[in-house]
Amino acid sequence: MSATATAQGTPVQLTDLRRVYGGVAALDGLTLHLEPGELVALLGPSGCGKTTALRCLAGLEDPDSGTIEVGGRDVTGVPTNKRDMGMVFQAYSLFPHMTARQNVEFGLELRGRDRAARRARAAEMLDLVGLSQHADKYAHQMSGGQQQRVALARALAIEPQVLLLDEPLSALDAKVRVQLRDEIRRIQLEVGTTTLFVTHDQEEALAVADRVGVMSVGRLEQLAAPADLYTSPRTPFVADFVGLTNRLRATVSEGRAQVLGGSVPLLEGSAGGPEVVVLVRPEGVTVGPAGDAESGAGSATVVSASFLGGHGRVVARTGSDELVTVQVPNTDVTRYRPGDRVVLGPRGDAALAVSAD
Amino acid sequence: MPFFAYTTVFLLIPTLVVVIGAFLDGDNRFTLGNLDGLTSPSVVRGLVQSLVLSAVTAVGGAVLGGLLAYAVSTARDGSVTKRFVTSLCGVLAQFGGVALAFAFIASFGGTGLLTLLLGKVGISTGTGFWLYEWDRGLMLVYLYFQIPLMLIVFLPAVEGLRPQWREATETLGGTTWTYWRRVAAPILLPSFVGAMLLLFTNAFSAYATAKALVSQGSPLIPLQIGGTFTSEVLLGQENLGKAMALEMVVVVAVVMALYAWLDKRASRWMQR
Amino acid sequence: MTGQRARFRRRQRLLRWVVLTVVLVFFVLPLLGMLDFTTQGPGGQGRTLETWRTLANVDTISTDYPALREGFLASVGLAVITPVVMLLVLVPTMTWVRLRLPGLSRTVEFICLLPLTVPAIVLVVGLTPVYAWVYYLLGSSTLWLSLAYVVLVLPYAYRSLDAGLRAIDVRTLSEAARSLGASWFTVMWRVVLPNLRTAVLSASFLSVALVLGEFTIANLFSKKNLQVAMYELGKSDAKISVAVGLASLVFAFVVLFAMSFVGSGRAGTSPLARLRRRKEPSA
Repeated sequence: MSATATAQGTPVQLTDLRRVYGGVAALDGLTLHLEPGELVALLGPSGCGKTTALRCLAGLEDPDSGTIEVGGRDVTGVPTNKRDMGMVFQAYSLFPHMTARQNVEFGLELRGRDRAARRARAAEMLDLVGLSQHADKYAHQMSGGQQQRVALARALAIEPQVLLLDEPLSALDAKVRVQLRDEIRRIQLEVGTTTLFVTHDQEEALAVADRVGVMSVGRLEQLAAPADLYTSPRTPFVADFVGLTNRLRATVSEGRAQVLGGSVPLLEGSAGGPEVVVLVRPEGVTVGPAGDAESGAGSATVVSASFLGGHGRVVARTGSDELVTVQVPNTDVTRYRPGDRVVLGPRGDAALAVSAD
Repeated sequence: MPFFAYTTVFLLIPTLVVVIGAFLDGDNRFTLGNLDGLTSPSVVRGLVQSLVLSAVTAVGGAVLGGLLAYAVSTARDGSVTKRFVTSLCGVLAQFGGVALAFAFIASFGGTGLLTLLLGKVGISTGTGFWLYEWDRGLMLVYLYFQIPLMLIVFLPAVEGLRPQWREATETLGGTTWTYWRRVAAPILLPSFVGAMLLLFTNAFSAYATAKALVSQGSPLIPLQIGGTFTSEVLLGQENLGKAMALEMVVVVAVVMALYAWLDKRASRWMQR
Repeated sequence: MTGQRARFRRRQRLLRWVVLTVVLVFFVLPLLGMLDFTTQGPGGQGRTLETWRTLANVDTISTDYPALREGFLASVGLAVITPVVMLLVLVPTMTWVRLRLPGLSRTVEFICLLPLTVPAIVLVVGLTPVYAWVYYLLGSSTLWLSLAYVVLVLPYAYRSLDAGLRAIDVRTLSEAARSLGASWFTVMWRVVLPNLRTAVLSASFLSVALVLGEFTIANLFSKKNLQVAMYELGKSDAKISVAVGLASLVFAFVVLFAMSFVGSGRAGTSPLARLRRRKEPSA
């Protein structure tokens, strides 16, 4: 049996999960469906319940109420070791007294596979994660990224029904993080295992997932494909999480918000009052030099301008004393110096606004 | 540097005095006669009894103290239970000596509290003299400081077990038994054996407790050394004492070398 | 809760309480024996607090039991001198080695851990000629015992201070201070020492505990410290002696228990436990 032949995948259904710790609800009626072979990322700040959800699915924690079904079978009361889940932890989960190969073989050994079969499977899995060279190393001889690859190989070796990834990249360096993130997605597509991926990093979630669920205080705020989530966040909380970081006062009329001397379409679910606060992405604002006499709605003073590699960033203070962050092409950064007068404006339809009452 | 001067005078010179003195006779001439003295029946018996006492209390203390350490590790960090037990053990591990001997005499001696209580329910512990014998009473008394010492030495290792290892074992299909047999036990083994060796040297070097409890004879090697030191019985005894001291140093040094090796192994695993 | 996790936790709690109860009973029984013994009335009949009353009365205890007074004062003196000498010998050396002579660190570690392989009784044998000189040059005060005690505490103090130094990056700190114009003395006194507070405290605490419990060296050198006084008194007036033993034990426990709540906020670890830990876990 080869890793590429298990492309079927198993559906997972979490229904109305509740879990209370000492009066605080970590899960407050979470319902979530994973299609066979799908990778769903749960995104949210720490304490939002995403890890609790994953641990309930793994059987490492009991929900107070609600049901968990895997492949149509109710596994709510089934102990962890009978659930057939592959799990990758945040860090340090490799058994320190075993080599990479022995770690990968461990689950197969518990399933009573014979030595030759274990060997072959472990070699295949280590090859899949690109670590064939390091099969005989111990955890303390490997980098953090390599350790997480072994952990992934170990989780996949048992051909689990569901793969659970509990912030597997959060302990790694930025560069390794991006690399391994892409690799996890490649491998997941290759083996086709239904996967739940928990993270607090929005970029990570958007990059790897088929669908992203944004969680807040034990509830799912929005569950959507990455592109949909990015273009039409349904709540201010989600909007903030997908990069709408400028909070500006605005007035609303006819479903559009008047902000920075321009008009921007309001997203579905925005509050309606005439005076609102809207959220706008740095990419959704334009900036240009202004004449001395200019004092319109979009006029502002540059506070700082910084070069960030692929792009640049200008922070300006408006006449109404609001700080606005604007993303500019990196070639433009040198045109702005602190104290310069500029004009800001919303960038046509690329600007989005969600009113946050 | 003052450090080197200090340790030379108070550590290196005494060590050399013992090592060299073990090979000198009464007239400061080289001799192997003191080493012959080590083979005399009473000295051999002292060494053997010391080794047995240390080994038994090390194993017993390690097993019981290890169990205690695990029990304490399951309590929440910072809970009163944990603070209470670790503080108590911190004191008791240092509680060797005179007061400890008194405590056991007061409890298990001929008219001790427990002897009387046990007598009331019909269990006779005899005259209470068993308490003063090296292979019964002393073992019990030594356990009283060995168990707490084990907790203090071993608890960090038990707390170094990461919950992820248990959880990973479970998700891979293992039971609690699998976890203990295949994961926790092999990981803890070096620390456990290392701690046991430390307990061994602790018991082997102990003098005060035995001195305060045993008033007749010198069943243990530290008591014998103390004996050659204070008595003016025989000329040349002094250098026999140095030979016995050297013998002790050799035993302890071998054990500590083993300990250092195991400790390195254990901390290598525990670091990440 | 009825889930399997809850069941697991309940089982763990049960095990914890069973083990703790059994062991604590073993720990407490001899202490109760001491308490029982010290409160026995004349001829083993009835209860009396006579012994404890005597002990609590500072005036009579020091006149009626001069040996106890002498031993107690000597031990207090030793408990002050030993940590001071230990810190003076160890802290500057260890800091300096870390800053300037890293090649020597293995040697210093070896020397400091050496006393672990030299039992106190052996040290007594080897120290005899050294102390002949000490007495000859400095007089035969009991307090000179502290010079030998420093050697006994060396391994524990070293580990504690080493952990402390490891945690603060002395090099960067001293370079920062030097760049701001501090002298080496200022660096030690104003920068290194304050940051080593916890380590210094626990090293000193351990020294004090060790000194107060020391018997072997004092007894064989025929010097009277608290333990020797208790030992000798045990032959004539056992009750007072046992009471002193119990009181010092309870005192030490109360101090340690209280310290476990202050400390550096590292939960649930007594200073002693921290000492035994060679390398702080990196997480």
